[in-house]
Amino acid sequence: MNEETLQALGAKIAAALPGAVTGTEIQNGELVVRTTREGLLQTLTVLRDDAGCRFTQLVDITAVDWPSKPERFEVNYMLLSVSKNLRARVKVTTDEDTPVPSCVPLFPAAGWYERETWDMFGVFFAGHPDLRRILTDYGFEGHPLRKDFPLTGYVEVRYDDEQKRVVYEPVKLTQDFRAFDFMSPWEAMTDVQLPGDEKAAIPLGASLRDGSVKK
Amino acid sequence: MANPVESQIKPYTMNFGPQHPAAHGVLRLVLEMDGEIVERADPHIGLLHRGTEKLIEYKTYIQAMPYFDRLDYVSPMSEEHSFVLAAEKLLGITPPKRAQHIRVLFAELTRILNHLLNVTTFAMDVGALTPALWGFEERELLMEFYERVSGARMHANYFRVGGVHQDLPAGMLDDIEAYAAKFEKFVDDVEGLLTANRIFKQRLVDIGIVSGDEALAWGFTGPVLRASGIPWDLRKAQPYDTYAEYDFDVAVGKTGDCYARYLVRVEEMRQSNRIVQQAVAKLRQTPGPIKVDDRKIAPPPRGDMKRSMESLIHHFKLYTEGYHVPAGETYTATESPKGEFGVYLVSDGTNRPYRCKIRPTGIAHLQGVDFMSRGHMLADAVAIIGSIDVVFGEIDR
Repeated sequence: MNEETLQALGAKIAAALPGAVTGTEIQNGELVVRTTREGLLQTLTVLRDDAGCRFTQLVDITAVDWPSKPERFEVNYMLLSVSKNLRARVKVTTDEDTPVPSCVPLFPAAGWYERETWDMFGVFFAGHPDLRRILTDYGFEGHPLRKDFPLTGYVEVRYDDEQKRVVYEPVKLTQDFRAFDFMSPWEAMTDVQLPGDEKAAIPLGASLRDGSVKK
Repeated sequence: MANPVESQIKPYTMNFGPQHPAAHGVLRLVLEMDGEIVERADPHIGLLHRGTEKLIEYKTYIQAMPYFDRLDYVSPMSEEHSFVLAAEKLLGITPPKRAQHIRVLFAELTRILNHLLNVTTFAMDVGALTPALWGFEERELLMEFYERVSGARMHANYFRVGGVHQDLPAGMLDDIEAYAAKFEKFVDDVEGLLTANRIFKQRLVDIGIVSGDEALAWGFTGPVLRASGIPWDLRKAQPYDTYAEYDFDVAVGKTGDCYARYLVRVEEMRQSNRIVQQAVAKLRQTPGPIKVDDRKIAPPPRGDMKRSMESLIHHFKLYTEGYHVPAGETYTATESPKGEFGVYLVSDGTNRPYRCKIRPTGIAHLQGVDFMSRGHMLADAVAIIGSIDVVFGEIDR
């Protein structure tokens, strides 16, 4: 797949869906179509049914959490066209409270993918026939793949021999979780004033003590 | 005693698994039954959920590799393949030819490894024990190859971003060649037990039929999709590494039932064997490095580290901090033995993935169990689960 073909296809999709598609781009040789929540189903329908696209297969749905953005969740729909040998990624953003329309009526495969996205991120899909949790435990609370959910979680389970059942307890770590900051660079200490550094600026022959140099 | 005319069988709900040998791991299937007819199947998954995607967000790219072996533990190197290709795409590097051939060789050995387990345990699910015993013996030989290149029988952690960890040990190509020469005979033997077997066919033919359109709509990939008559194989359609240089055929089924899925897998083993033989020949003609010559990504050779301070520093930095991947995102998929195994990798420019979504192959197939098993008998549900080749390490992640 060369980039010009994808670019042309992206432009065609954007032209066919004014209002619904907010932009198309090529990222690392992959076609990305940005859309709005309102225009999502229309976009997916056109991508699936248009003779030039034929993205008949929904391969996956997932989200990415960007907590600093106003709409923190970016929901991605990975599409595959078997007949045209093309891939596309449809992106739509949302926040914790705003539902995204469910695309189960268009792609039956979306059922579990949306359940997983709901389970992991708490993105709500309006109109989903059976939006239960899927991967986490029965009765689990929280959405683990959000960036503000700790890696260790909140509860741990063990079998209690006295009560003869599995009990849930708050996580107790025997060793603190260690997070290393690799983004701070090793740099020379150029902008730090250590005691005695001021002497380096004194011209030859002058001295702090006799007052010839102002401190 | 109740009058037989008036007595009715009430529909009831039945738990299948999670402790059931035919559940292929930890599947809990809640079946709504009308007598012995399945009316609705509701798979409950997640019993093996380990939070792999979350853990990867807290690890460097090198440290993330071993998690991929543990996803689909029946075909470890195929899972690694998707991840290294995704990271290489973001880094903008291409591994040397020899590394690519080694990866293809091991991806195909892995395919044989996977299909051997699936075909034989599938046969066991429907009542044939012998293939499983034979298959495990054959798998053990393949795992020896795994052990010789990586030191581990199963969780190899052998592929690396920018190549593979080590070159093949001396004499290995000869042994793989000898294995490949005999393997065709083994497939014939297994087929002799199963393909024309009357009981085997009674259990599989016309069970769980999936049409081509249904398979596409439900997101099926790999042998399950091909068994429904869709000739789609990522190795041919979107070739990665050196697959474009290999000569092999894509097995396509006609009927879309459990039997077609079995036949497709058997033929894929033969085709993989062909690729293995070609890869051995190509590797003999392709000496050279097995990872990129960039010390910021691939570690220096052991010998250099003993003498060169710079190499020592590179090694230390690579195994503590790792490499920083330029910001960007990619969805990269490979044809794993079970189907399309994709990695959606988002990098924010640091040494750890910002998000690594793993697209398991089995989740789409397992979702389809509901519509495939409706109207079938309970025993047919077992056959359907066996035919879609589920492994819970990857489905639950």
